[in-house]
Amino acid sequence: MKSNKRGKDFCIFALPGMFCFFAVVIVPFIYGVYLTLTDWNGVAKVKNFIGLKNFGGVMKDTQFWTSLLLTFKYVIAVVILVNLIAFIIAYLLTRGIKGQNFFRAGFFTPNLIGGIVLGYIWQFVFSRVFVSVGESTGWNLFGVSWLSDPTKAFIALVAVSVWQLSGYMILIYVAGFMGLSEDVMEAASIDGATGWRKMKSIVMPLMMSSVTICLFLTLSRAFMVYDVNLSLTAGAPYGTTEMAAMHVYEKAFTSRQFGLGQAEALLLFIIVACISGIQVYLTKRKEVEA
Amino acid sequence: MNKTTIGGTKRKAANLLAMAGLVIVFAAYMFPFLMVVINALKQKRDIIKSPFSWLFTIKGLSFDNFVKAFTQMDFLNAFKNSLIVTVSATLLVTLLAAMLAYYIVRHNNGISKITFSLMVASMIIPFQAIMIPLVSIYGGTLNILNHRATLIFMHVGFSMTMSVFMFHGFIKGSVPVALEEAAYIDGCSRTQTFFKIVFPILKPIISTMVILNSLAFWNDFLLPSLVLTDKKLLTLPLSTYSFYGTYSADYGTIMAGLLLCVIPILILYIVLQKQIISGVVAGAVK
Repeated sequence: MKSNKRGKDFCIFALPGMFCFFAVVIVPFIYGVYLTLTDWNGVAKVKNFIGLKNFGGVMKDTQFWTSLLLTFKYVIAVVILVNLIAFIIAYLLTRGIKGQNFFRAGFFTPNLIGGIVLGYIWQFVFSRVFVSVGESTGWNLFGVSWLSDPTKAFIALVAVSVWQLSGYMILIYVAGFMGLSEDVMEAASIDGATGWRKMKSIVMPLMMSSVTICLFLTLSRAFMVYDVNLSLTAGAPYGTTEMAAMHVYEKAFTSRQFGLGQAEALLLFIIVACISGIQVYLTKRKEVEA
Repeated sequence: MNKTTIGGTKRKAANLLAMAGLVIVFAAYMFPFLMVVINALKQKRDIIKSPFSWLFTIKGLSFDNFVKAFTQMDFLNAFKNSLIVTVSATLLVTLLAAMLAYYIVRHNNGISKITFSLMVASMIIPFQAIMIPLVSIYGGTLNILNHRATLIFMHVGFSMTMSVFMFHGFIKGSVPVALEEAAYIDGCSRTQTFFKIVFPILKPIISTMVILNSLAFWNDFLLPSLVLTDKKLLTLPLSTYSFYGTYSADYGTIMAGLLLCVIPILILYIVLQKQIISGVVAGAVK
């Protein structure tokens, strides 16, 4: 009788949620590992088992490595800039100035809007507004659209991502600064710590838990950038701004090499997991209690 | 206590400087939105000539852009699709995740432990690592792509991990077992106890999860783009994408279309600003 009731509880409470989770995350993940061992093109009825050949294919896919290298550059630039800018803005916002909430809410706005729409808005800004500035001032920097030059298009992509992500990190850093204990700050001031010294020895160590979260979030988001990449540059000019996530998509759904694409996706996942793991381990060690 | 006594003027000057810096950065952040707003009513030749000019200096302003964008994007239909998907997926995941988390917290058995650790571990799997097999399974073998219900189901599945994790922490910390035991003694069944006693206590975490999940569902592009191809079913980000592909040179119409996408979210944001911000902070910090 009792075990019967337990079974009923399980079916009502746990089963529906577990079913969704297993059907959408776990089963495809395992099936994905199997796919990397086949030569499936997404349509054919037969999947030939080809062992680890796809991983050899990944090694030979120079475009993948180019896009991965570009993604690394992008991630480094975005992670540093987002956190630096967000940290400074959050610091300025929590000095007790007027309109703090208004600013904070305003900076967060881009996060409410999908990456596709944001990318298109910026595409207009880069290809029309800035060009028009260039035309009327004779400023060479804006003479031609940034999006038509590989280096400048890359910078544009970084700039838009920094603009998009920093509002989110500002929220977290502001929460961190507000959580700093008044007593500790006052004690530091009484002990004669001011300016940079106070920032380095008192504020920074206490802010490390916010730093851990923000670094983790920016790292994982930047590595997987897709929406903004697609709508701002779509890889143009000539695929020079194609990030890893976009390359994986193209491999699978445009070139119809599902096995190879999935092998690259898995590799990307392992890289991201390792880097985020190391980051969390390193920054967590630096966290202190007030 | 009085901060203005020592170095008061210095602090004031520093604050003024901080304010000035913030205003400049803020203006730069808002600049792209301003560009969309002031160009949405202009005609193409005026936009090319002077994207900066304010509305009142230009003749020939009209709402034609909006009318065109509205009909070409099939805005109402896409809006409706987005709304159906977002609302149903949010309601479903909130309910199912709360129940699953409750089960896991109150039944410390093998299934609970395995499920929970699998969920925590799978939180680091990015969507891109699953999308290819996902399309293979649901598009190939099962052949159920191109249905709203499929998209809703997948949204629920992907957001389950994070939601269960959040509910788990909350139930463990703030739902007293004694309360439930009292309910049992009074003759409530498990299900009754959950819905009448536990669910109401979960209100704060529910509002956080509703905000986080519905924002993510509303704005998601990659998953819906893989699931839905039928024009009638497209959500707002998808129809923006296909609309842009057709009209990319027609700047005025594009700006009007983008503005149409942004306005509903902005209105919601103005109304629910406080809840949204505290929800996002709570979701990130945990």
